Amino acid sequence: MIAQATGLVKTYPPRDRRSSPFTAVNGVDFTLRRGEAFGFLGPNGAGKSSTMRMIACVSPPTAGTLRVLGMDPATDGRCIRARIGVVPQDDALDSELSVRENLLIYGRYFGLSQQVVAERTTGLLDFAQLAEKAGERVEALSGGMRRRLTIARSLINEPEILLLDEPTTGLDPQARHVLWDRLFRLKQQGVTLVLTTHYMDEAEQLCDRLVVMDGGRIVAQGSPAELIAAHSTREVLELRFGIGEQAAAVEKLRQSRTGDRIEELPDRLLWYTAEGDAALAAAHALGLSPVTALVRRASLEDVFLALTGRTLVD
Amino acid sequence: MTTTAVAPDMALRFYRYLWLHYRRNWKGTIVISVANPLLFLVAIGAGLGTLVGSGNATLGGVSYLAFFAPGMLAAASMQNGMVESAFPVSYHRMPGRAYPVAVSTPLEPVDVLHGHALFMAVKVAIGAAAFCAVMFAFGVAASPLALLALPAATLTGFAFAMPVTAWAVTLPDVRPVQTLFKWVVMPLYLFSGTFFATAQLPDALGHLVALTPLWHGVELCRTLTLGTATWAGSLGHVAYLSVMALAGYLVARRNFRRHLHP
Repeated sequence: MIAQATGLVKTYPPRDRRSSPFTAVNGVDFTLRRGEAFGFLGPNGAGKSSTMRMIACVSPPTAGTLRVLGMDPATDGRCIRARIGVVPQDDALDSELSVRENLLIYGRYFGLSQQVVAERTTGLLDFAQLAEKAGERVEALSGGMRRRLTIARSLINEPEILLLDEPTTGLDPQARHVLWDRLFRLKQQGVTLVLTTHYMDEAEQLCDRLVVMDGGRIVAQGSPAELIAAHSTREVLELRFGIGEQAAAVEKLRQSRTGDRIEELPDRLLWYTAEGDAALAAAHALGLSPVTALVRRASLEDVFLALTGRTLVD
Repeated sequence: MTTTAVAPDMALRFYRYLWLHYRRNWKGTIVISVANPLLFLVAIGAGLGTLVGSGNATLGGVSYLAFFAPGMLAAASMQNGMVESAFPVSYHRMPGRAYPVAVSTPLEPVDVLHGHALFMAVKVAIGAAAFCAVMFAFGVAASPLALLALPAATLTGFAFAMPVTAWAVTLPDVRPVQTLFKWVVMPLYLFSGTFFATAQLPDALGHLVALTPLWHGVELCRTLTLGTATWAGSLGHVAYLSVMALAGYLVARRNFRRHLHP
């Protein structure tokens, strides 16, 4: 166990006299195990980032208990932060300094000597595939490169836990896959990964275990496979109908297949079923003629929809 | 948040970052912090000032240049103290900038405050030193006490920097900073006895001016430079400016913690 929270609450004071206090995290419990990849999955505003900030010891909990690396963030914040790495969503690099200077500055914050930083920089820039960019200013780097540099920087103190807030938001698909590969290597080296994401594919790719958050609470937890097994059928049939035809189709299906869960989204309906192809045949037998039909395996997106009645990315 | 494992150099770690950052940005600020005051000194003190007779009693019997230069030193230090605090603090405290990055490492908000405050003090001192060098070259110093004008000007700048720092760390963007310069810095600059003796003002206004911090800075620098300083007067000015700096620092400590570790 590398971190543990019980009844964790975060309430922010009102921004001004007219507003009221805002509770971003409303009593969450979780346990992070050494060496695993743990995810906080949820839509924007679910309380993921606030939870991460408390683990990172940059935001004191309002209530509840939190232990990180066996210490109390309220009294041992410096010591804990010395042993964790943080990859913020906005990169937070100094774009006017060079790649190497950004690592030097950050290493100095941890009290590392110039020589130690220089030694580690070589290895980290290789790892981040940025060796050739060492002398360039950060402003000349692409979004994917910056994110990899931020990860390299977060490793300068050889952290035991790496906290990543929305690590691939805003990156193109290729850059995301490069990043996932790097994170997977880190996990193999024994670094505990803790990440937030609102991408279900990212959570499925990276996380051994995850919690689903919504409205400041944890609504489910387990491995991706466990969550899917517990909250969804094995397959999903997605049907799209012509404009104005969906409502009637949903009505017809719900009357004839009372045991199946059918979700209506603005642009399509989702039919939760063990056998997608059989369901499609049944739909045709009912006289329905969807514009498109897709049978797919259930994903965490379906878990989230089942738990909250909403999709993750609106 | 308490401070376990305090390393004495925590604040210096951030201080050194600011110098590295400044190396890339010095061109933008050198004009306002060093060149501007010197141009004023030459144009108004040595140029326009020749039109003012040196026998003018309100100036205390010295040349206008000798009267104006130490006043300008204090006013320029005030401006430097504000420029070094208002813009950088409100800039660095934004998401993704230097403050949030530093406080996610072993540094605490108070270390960031100390490191930045030291940087401000050094920058104000450098500006004041450059100004003093030119001022002395003009032969303005009338007493060895004039050397004390350098720490006096630095204190003046720092006394402004600390409250402004405490305020700037709470700002969501830099717009209020521009308002500060328009409505606070400019009037103080013009009416705190920099350009003319406040004795020339109507009584009510003169008393009001004597309450303003810049007036104390101007009087301190001027009396030291001209060798007319008294113990009581100087200690009073120093006390006023020190209390202002200390009060600002204490509020800044609290605000840094609240805003950087919310």
